[in-house]
Amino acid sequence: MEKPTNNRAWLLVLPVLLVVAFSAVIPLMTVVNYSVQDILGPEQHVFVGTEWFRKVLRDPELHGALRRQLGFSLAVLAIEIPLGIALALVLPMRGRAASVSLVVLALPLLIPWNVVGTIWQIFARGDIGLLGVAINGLGLKYNYTADALDAWLTVLAMDVWHWTPLVALLCYAGLRAIPEPFYQAARIDGASAWATFRYIQLPRLRGVLTIAVLLRFMDSFMIYTEPFVLTGGGPGNATTFLSQYLTRLAVGQFDLGPAAAFSLIYFLVVLLFSYVFYTAMQHAGRSEAR
Amino acid sequence: MRPSRLAIPLYLLLSLVPIYWLVGMSLKTNEEILGGFSLFPRAPTLANYVTIFTDPDWNQGYLNSLTYVGINTVLSVLLALPAAYAFSRYRFLGDTHLFFWLLSNRMAPPAVFLLPFFQLYSSIGLFDTPWAVALAHMLFTVPLAVWILEGFMSGVPREIDETAYIDGYSFPRFFLRIFLPLVRSGVGVTAFFCFMFSWVELLLARTLTSVDTKPIAATMTRTVSAAGMDWGVLAAAGVITLVPGAIVIYFVRNYIAKGFALGRV
Repeated sequence: MEKPTNNRAWLLVLPVLLVVAFSAVIPLMTVVNYSVQDILGPEQHVFVGTEWFRKVLRDPELHGALRRQLGFSLAVLAIEIPLGIALALVLPMRGRAASVSLVVLALPLLIPWNVVGTIWQIFARGDIGLLGVAINGLGLKYNYTADALDAWLTVLAMDVWHWTPLVALLCYAGLRAIPEPFYQAARIDGASAWATFRYIQLPRLRGVLTIAVLLRFMDSFMIYTEPFVLTGGGPGNATTFLSQYLTRLAVGQFDLGPAAAFSLIYFLVVLLFSYVFYTAMQHAGRSEAR
Repeated sequence: MRPSRLAIPLYLLLSLVPIYWLVGMSLKTNEEILGGFSLFPRAPTLANYVTIFTDPDWNQGYLNSLTYVGINTVLSVLLALPAAYAFSRYRFLGDTHLFFWLLSNRMAPPAVFLLPFFQLYSSIGLFDTPWAVALAHMLFTVPLAVWILEGFMSGVPREIDETAYIDGYSFPRFFLRIFLPLVRSGVGVTAFFCFMFSWVELLLARTLTSVDTKPIAATMTRTVSAAGMDWGVLAAAGVITLVPGAIVIYFVRNYIAKGFALGRV
């Protein structure tokens, strides 16, 4: 059934639009302004056009950070989305077990991000941390402060631990919102568990999955605090992701122009990927049999 | 059914291990944390908690954070409800673009945007008030709320709206009495996520406050001093910051778990 057209719906959207635009538009314009100027002092600006954009795009350090970032975000999505769906499917539905599970599940989400990094910094240490000691005890060589792969895997494990609950909670609430008659119909048809999942639950989860994929993509693509606290980007550059590169540019070298140019490029990359994910998921939904 | 019964306790247990480590660290002295590996604190001490509770800065930071997070959560959900309804029920000029634009506001990397944010909120006199942080956080919580709620509202068949109107319900009455109960699982998760994202956000909250409304996360950075890092106090602070969120999820869990009660309308 097509949605009816009604332009008065704008009135319902207007408050949200105003609140968001208030915080969004002026800072964005300011950053665009920085990106095309060389700021020499409070009152001295020189217009430099696209110079900063060209300078930033040619930086080989950026290319490395971008590659690592893409690899990291794809790994995050590939693990957290299926794991989150699976958890949501098997979580208890009612009773005390459901309450306890939901609260425990959500705990990692509630820890401030700098503390997350701090816990793991000790937790994963080979000499004094539980995880490090346990892995070394299994006879595997593991040292996240010295080995690039170990560091990368530690950041990934930390992210999976931290953020899979978000996907699981969204999917769980999405599953709860499926009306009972759908399941009754499936039972009458003698549908298998897989068929029920594939043709009833998954299509109905499309809305929450879209937001889960987009959120996890955006946030993992802009991950900053946790790896910064955990590894400081090292060893070498193994866990230097894009936003750490950006912060180095903005704060470390105090190059506001190039940093602003890079922010805008960064923003456009996230926007582009998000738009592709969004469109793909909308299409997947439309081609689904209704 | 058998393996899935085991999967949840196993996962929850694993996910509790780092949290156990956090709690353990908060009960140890710095010497014990850094001195060697110990599964249980050898001499459990509450000294770290005493440090926090006897320092007015920590208490104030805690209250400050709760204030702006509370404002943010309530306003975000209230504003997002009608907007999400509009997006899920009607076509209107520019709807899809507007919908995606909302979320695009989450996509700007914060590092460079902090300075303009500071200038903006200073110029309207909101700097160092809870409203500044609440408004700034609404930049990403409101779009999130609209997106999540829209997903849940689209799952409600439109026939329900039409039947209600035919039965003579006015829009506000229909929305509050019939529609809201149907999407309560969505409202529950939305409220929780608004709370969560505002609660753990650090950069904006720290930039937009100085003395009067400093958030707890900013107080935490004080544990790094010239003498090195005060791991124990930081861990204790981490444990304390878990509490409000756990209470929120405990209260919204019923909304999340009950979900759609179509048969009982």
